[in-house]
Amino acid sequence: MDMKANKKKLGLKEKYAHMTRGLDWQTTYQPMDKVFPQATFEGIKIHDWEKWEDPFRLTMDAYWKYQAEKERKLYAVLDAFAQNNGHLGITDARYLNAVKLFLTGISPLEYVAHRGFAAAGRNFPGVGPRVACLMQSIDEIRHAQTQIHALSNYNKFYEGFHAGAAHQIERIWYLSVPKSFFDDAFSAGPFEWMIAIGFSFEYVLTNLLFVPFMSGAAYNGDMATVTFGFSAQSDEARHMTLGLECIKFMLEQDPDNLPIVQKWIDKWAWRGIRVLTLVGMMMDYMLPKRVMSWKEAWEIYFEQNGGALFNDLAKYGIKVPDCITQCTVDKEHISHQAWCTFYQYAHASAFHTWLPNAEEMDWLSAKYPNTFDKYYRPRYEQWREMADKGERFYNNTLPMLCQVCQIPMVFTEPDDPSKICYRESDYQGEKYHTCSDGCKHIFDDEPEKYIQAWLPVHQIYQGNCWPEGTDPTAEGFDPMAKVLEWYHIENGKDNLDYEGSGDQANFAAWRGAATQNT
Amino acid sequence: MSTVFIAFQTNEDTRPIVESILADNPHAVLDEQPAMVKINAEGQLVIKRESIEERIGRNFDLQELQINLITLSGNIDEDDDQFTLAWKN
Ligand SMILES: [Fe+2]
Ligand SMILES: [Fe+2]
Repeated sequence: MDMKANKKKLGLKEKYAHMTRGLDWQTTYQPMDKVFPQATFEGIKIHDWEKWEDPFRLTMDAYWKYQAEKERKLYAVLDAFAQNNGHLGITDARYLNAVKLFLTGISPLEYVAHRGFAAAGRNFPGVGPRVACLMQSIDEIRHAQTQIHALSNYNKFYEGFHAGAAHQIERIWYLSVPKSFFDDAFSAGPFEWMIAIGFSFEYVLTNLLFVPFMSGAAYNGDMATVTFGFSAQSDEARHMTLGLECIKFMLEQDPDNLPIVQKWIDKWAWRGIRVLTLVGMMMDYMLPKRVMSWKEAWEIYFEQNGGALFNDLAKYGIKVPDCITQCTVDKEHISHQAWCTFYQYAHASAFHTWLPNAEEMDWLSAKYPNTFDKYYRPRYEQWREMADKGERFYNNTLPMLCQVCQIPMVFTEPDDPSKICYRESDYQGEKYHTCSDGCKHIFDDEPEKYIQAWLPVHQIYQGNCWPEGTDPTAEGFDPMAKVLEWYHIENGKDNLDYEGSGDQANFAAWRGAATQNT
Repeated sequence: MSTVFIAFQTNEDTRPIVESILADNPHAVLDEQPAMVKINAEGQLVIKRESIEERIGRNFDLQELQINLITLSGNIDEDDDQFTLAWKN
């Protein structure tokens, strides 16, 4: 017979106090400052960790219960997807190129986030943020794993998924952009990590990444991505709250923290926005059925929502980052400039590209009345003409990269969209180039950090991007072919145009087989 | 006044939650998107345990919201009976 316990259950606040805050202890064998050696070097002053508030008041037992439920829901859908040939339900196999970019560029970041939050949790002397960072660290590895599981279903049928989330992030030129973003944050101290990832990325920018991506997946019939995306996103509200709490806590603890925090916000907002160029391009060019334009998403999630956030932080003296003026100009250009770049370098990319068709160009004109017809339509029309004559344009020169964000120099001057923007700095007798005032500012502030950047183009020219044993002096040596081999890009299969690709032919054949009896 | 919002997956678990929120916050505006339902409100938004329980006919723990949550904006205050999002300016 079950015993009935009549004791009153603890309220949420009491339970949180006992099962989180009550777990802390002071070390005695070693002094606390030796146990937490990273807590002070960044200059952030904390006087009382007890003042930390976690609005969600989630305890470990409740955390496991809800996470288990999320996993059950997710894997039920993934099974159904695999059992029912869910991959044939997508709008068009072109769509999958956005998914390839996600798997190779974003999923590895989840894994780095897992490591970064584990380290932050270890390094904070306060128990409140330590428990919250622990939960986030576990969330992040769950995100990496569920994304890899979900997308492995596509690997059974389509090109470009075989290298997965681990190999290419260390090597491919455009993937160094998201990789260096997270690595540069992780190689800073725990407080800067929290502003970079916990606040700038999770709070200010994550909606721009996940919400359009997931709505895009839903619009394009990709049940696998919608499901892992929403499952991951359900943790996101907690992550955003941790980021916001962390920044408020730092600002409330000591007035000396304000200039340090402001500098980090400015820096990491700009770095994050640069990385999101890839998302802008995905939204405007890679979804066969579009949800909204990059510009519209930027206006809703950054200008309106970010505006509300910065209004709230104004009472601490925090100002909207300076880069916003440039972003207001950039929002009408960057997605086009990025897609034009990938089109020219489709031979060196692990996904397919294409020229927008007439209907898509009209959509772009309507969404970008100030810029598309004037600057970008003529370029696509020219390339279309060349392709029709059998002279499909590929750019065979490797571009100069920004020393900070690592994006090729493809962005234009804020006041002249016909002129490439670049800036130059001198440091210890060497010249370093950056793509913008924002990146130059970051470089000049910490040159000793950024001169160490692993820039893919420099590395190729230095001969570091070929398979082991390659002899560059051998007769008929083809450097580009060797680089692709080292990238694990199968030339002619994973790269080049979507038009004429294996993915296109297979999708048409399989879909035909699924809807006809012959 | 700034806008707060909360977004959930569109499914059978969230339908009564969304109904409760709209009933308890007459100033809130519903925004239905692919697979996602977003509720925007000027200033603040309150989610009440009791209102949800009335609709689903069982006990509800407000932390269950997390299962289907997609995103939110605003400062959070949560206790056993209600979950509040607000911009205090
Ligand atoms: Fe994540
Ligand atoms: Fe840059």
